[in-house]
Amino acid sequence: MSIDFSHFDLSAAAFGEPVIELRGVSRVFGTQTVLRDISLTVQRGETLAVIGESGCGKSVMLKIMMKMLEPSHGDVDWFGKALRQRSERDIHRDRLKFGYLFQSAALFDSMTVFENVAFGLRHNTGMSDSQITQIVHERLRDVGLPQSASDKKPAELSGGMKKRVGLARALALNPEIVLYDEPTTGLDPIMTDIINELILRTCERQPVTSIVVTHEMSTVRKVADRVVMLYPLSRLQPDEPQIVFVGTAAEAFSSSDPRVSQFVHGQARERLQELAAA
Amino acid sequence: MASVPALKPTNTLVHQLGQTVVEMTVAVGDLALFGAQVVRLILTGLPRRGVMTQTFYEIGVRSIPVVGVTGLFIGMVLAIQAYDQFHFLHMETKLGAAINASLVRELGPTLAAVMLAGRVGSAMAAELGTMRVTEQIDALKALGANPIQYLVVPRFLACFLLIPLLTAIADAIGILGGWMIGSQVLGIDSFYWWLHSKEFIAIYDVQCGLTKSFFFGGAIALVSCYQGFHCGAGAEGVGQASTRSFVWSFIAILVLDFFLGVFQSGLYYVLWPDPVSLF
Repeated sequence: MSIDFSHFDLSAAAFGEPVIELRGVSRVFGTQTVLRDISLTVQRGETLAVIGESGCGKSVMLKIMMKMLEPSHGDVDWFGKALRQRSERDIHRDRLKFGYLFQSAALFDSMTVFENVAFGLRHNTGMSDSQITQIVHERLRDVGLPQSASDKKPAELSGGMKKRVGLARALALNPEIVLYDEPTTGLDPIMTDIINELILRTCERQPVTSIVVTHEMSTVRKVADRVVMLYPLSRLQPDEPQIVFVGTAAEAFSSSDPRVSQFVHGQARERLQELAAA
Repeated sequence: MASVPALKPTNTLVHQLGQTVVEMTVAVGDLALFGAQVVRLILTGLPRRGVMTQTFYEIGVRSIPVVGVTGLFIGMVLAIQAYDQFHFLHMETKLGAAINASLVRELGPTLAAVMLAGRVGSAMAAELGTMRVTEQIDALKALGANPIQYLVVPRFLACFLLIPLLTAIADAIGILGGWMIGSQVLGIDSFYWWLHSKEFIAIYDVQCGLTKSFFFGGAIALVSCYQGFHCGAGAEGVGQASTRSFVWSFIAILVLDFFLGVFQSGLYYVLWPDPVSLF
């Protein structure tokens, strides 16, 4: 199925060359299609927010971008080169240019905070212990965690601290691209703002491309250069594109498309009637 | 994991049987590919020493009490249960030979492997399953590590290399347990106990038992890690992976035991056409 994206400005000309490109990507789990014919380009230096209802395939798309999941159909390019045509070694080398903050932080629970942050450095670089220690402490300081936290196990940390350790771990290898999977979900408003601020600071500190999957509109307002909205396939006709919006955060908030305005303003509308009918 | 072709849903016994056969064939094929990947990664490089040491300690050293208790009670129970038959034949002094042969060739390796499938295999499946559902395996990939190399290779090597050693410990403690009951409780002369054991048990018997346990160790590691890597969502998925890992490890141990037993017996008669008889 071909989808007409002509009404969207996907070029994002204000930014650099494409770093990630999805071309006609679909993903099926068993008999359920989660993503259908998604084409999207992420430009160097931009912060792209991916929004949409729970279950619409945002996290799946992020994992496909990172090559943690394979698309059922379609191609993924990194830095202008299709992953399908690359060797494992080549993919491994480029994967180190990515940092990934998981929704649940996904800290290794058998390791301390220090070991979690040091993991990528130990595994991929020939750095000495003293160099690794210095970088780990720097990263923990960057995310506002004291050195005393470095000996704690993930089970001893609060949700916000786990997210910050996850961010420190994602940034340890100085990635060019950082992918955030719902970085503020489950956090209180103050911690949400702290994480938003950390995302912004990361972009300011080094030239980094960020992709933020989120439900949190305060995050979108604060960090996004461009917003993409996915819509659940169960609510779409077979010939409708799954990406229902591409534009700036301001355009998203003033969109006349009821699907977009309903989501960004948090209005259930007809969903309440559906709930009553069920 | 390869997907199972969707068959037309039906409730007839034949169709359900067919679906089960297809699913099992796919699972065995997946497991074989998983095993091949593990072997390839072992040949291309091992994980860091710290990771290996910790895994070897967890699987090897911490299993010693379990296999020790298992071996001790197998030896003691065999002595108690077989004594009456040997006494009836006035062959009590050969009880040790029968117990020790059973232990080193069959019961030691098999029961130690079953205990380790429960202690080590289920724990591995649960640990890897939890790592999968909490995205820790994805995090390894994101940090540039190959999860199979980092998580499975050390566990496979630890089981493959240490389960034979643990089996040797179980055998030794079982032999001592049998002797203790035979000599101290049943009053059998220790001199004849050991004399007949020495006559009847050849080094080949010990080799057969220990060779089996290399295969059992490899099978426990592969089945358990595979179940952990392919576990379903949530606590229920982890629980099921752990249960399946024990059940399939147990079945693999029994099947391997049968085929290795047939092979080793055949080989024995080729190497020594006139075997020593107990009687």
